[in-house]
Amino acid sequence: MTERSTREAYGRELLELGRSNEAVVVLDSDLARSTRTELFAAEFPDRFYNAGIAEANMVSMAAGLAAVGLIPFATTYAVFVGRAFDQIRQSVAFARANVKLVATHSGLAAAYDGGSHQGVEDLALMRVLPGMTILSPADYAEARRAVSSAAEIRGPVYVRLGKYEVPDLPAPSATLPSGDRLMRDGEDVAVLATGPLVGEALLAAELLAEEGVSAKVLDVVTLKPFDPGLAVAAAACGAIVTAEEHNRTGGLYTALLEALAELGLAAPTAPVCLRDEFGQSGSWRELRDHYRLNAAGILDAVRSVRAEVGVR
Amino acid sequence: MEPAEVEELRARALRVRRAVLEAIHAVGSGHEGTSLSMIEILVLLYFRRLRHDPAEPLDPGRDRLLLSKGHGAPGLYGVLAEAGYLPGEELRSLRRLGSRLQGHPDAKALPGLDACTGSLGQGISQGLGMALGIAARGGRQRVYVVVGDGELQEGQNWEAAMAAAAFGAGNLTAIVDRNGLQSDGATEDVLSLGDLGEKWRAFGWQTAVVDGHDFEELERALDAVERSERPGAVIAETIKGKGVGYMENAVEWHHKPMSDEDLELALAELRP
Repeated sequence: MTERSTREAYGRELLELGRSNEAVVVLDSDLARSTRTELFAAEFPDRFYNAGIAEANMVSMAAGLAAVGLIPFATTYAVFVGRAFDQIRQSVAFARANVKLVATHSGLAAAYDGGSHQGVEDLALMRVLPGMTILSPADYAEARRAVSSAAEIRGPVYVRLGKYEVPDLPAPSATLPSGDRLMRDGEDVAVLATGPLVGEALLAAELLAEEGVSAKVLDVVTLKPFDPGLAVAAAACGAIVTAEEHNRTGGLYTALLEALAELGLAAPTAPVCLRDEFGQSGSWRELRDHYRLNAAGILDAVRSVRAEVGVR
Repeated sequence: MEPAEVEELRARALRVRRAVLEAIHAVGSGHEGTSLSMIEILVLLYFRRLRHDPAEPLDPGRDRLLLSKGHGAPGLYGVLAEAGYLPGEELRSLRRLGSRLQGHPDAKALPGLDACTGSLGQGISQGLGMALGIAARGGRQRVYVVVGDGELQEGQNWEAAMAAAAFGAGNLTAIVDRNGLQSDGATEDVLSLGDLGEKWRAFGWQTAVVDGHDFEELERALDAVERSERPGAVIAETIKGKGVGYMENAVEWHHKPMSDEDLELALAELRP
């Protein structure tokens, strides 16, 4: 199975965008080697701005570049989105600036760097901003599509990426207009996953199939605007699990609960996520196992929601 | 500058001051002192420096003006009305529900505003992005940012100052409205800014310090800093509340509703 990182997809897709669209410019905050924007910087040095370790200035600068017709991709780690939140709020979202914010090392991916560096609240911060489109791709190919569609969307976009290589996912059964993907159909339980948890959800679904449980797996790429059709499809299964490398509040779990409530739908729902806690140092694999952000954690959650509806 | 030209600018500044205070009085809310301290700066920019056309507020070829100290919005609206961007009577809609004249500049609401500001410290960074984007495409437009002195306590300004010098943004000019006061008192008492001229020079900007109410001095300073290939900073020493005796250098007039009597007194002073 091929494994590639979504940050590498970003670097490669930026190069393509740079070649096809002269309006695309890139900003980074002294992380170009790590976020892979160095590929763009090497080919287009005049269209690359290294703002140094100054995220606030970088974000407002990006808004200025957008105001004169350019399409800036401002880049940092997911944890530093909070550092520039006020600038993202006013210079970008409030102004409806055509700025693309791209964050790598999201979730626990900053791994050995520890809890100080793990961006596990970025989805919550971005979701509260009116007009912000949020894309959270699961694998290399989807990340390339997310980056290229970010350039086409008129207005602010947040793209959430990882660090480590993740398996290329199989082709979906269907792609929804929102870009979200039905990865596997099923009727006993719905698993809505985003980012690297999609692969884990598929592993869990295979194990469930062996137990005779048919799981629907949805890859939620577009966290905002959240497609209410996902809630309808999930509720139809009667039991729902969400899975994300993010804190419990404000991310995919919350987005789904909001959609269910607005639609007047109800189904037992369990989140696989951080339980209102910060991370710590360790390998990414160890951390995912420790916090149960993996196939085993999804299996447990599926069993608990199915127990709630009275089936086994 | 010919004496008659100076007189014309003074007459405009006077009209703007009256209109701004009438607007703030009408709604009972707005920042008087900070609006009044920068009127000469804005009048000079809109009537002598900016290449702009009020009939084409979105013309990509226009020079840009960002009011980083967004709470001075009434002052900016007054000058925009004087320049013909909006009818004078619209100033009465200041801060009202549904108005284009939002409490702080909202570029989505009113064509002619070049940036959304309000949360302090973001204007120079935004202006830098514009300046670099314009230069990258071979444009000759200049970007002006009017920034407050108290606002310079926000660290982002100094990130932007460093970056503008590093990127060689010679088409960027910042004008500091150095009125010496902020919400809680004198800037030097709240959190000392020290020698601003020296600070900007140290950050690599071509710098001048002038009387911010003297049109000729301001113009000479702008000419001087804009000749440089470095970004330009003009420290304009001003008086908060300028033009209305009881407001001048009075901290409480940072932001205070005006009574009918307050307005009457102010307008009596602001006569040609």
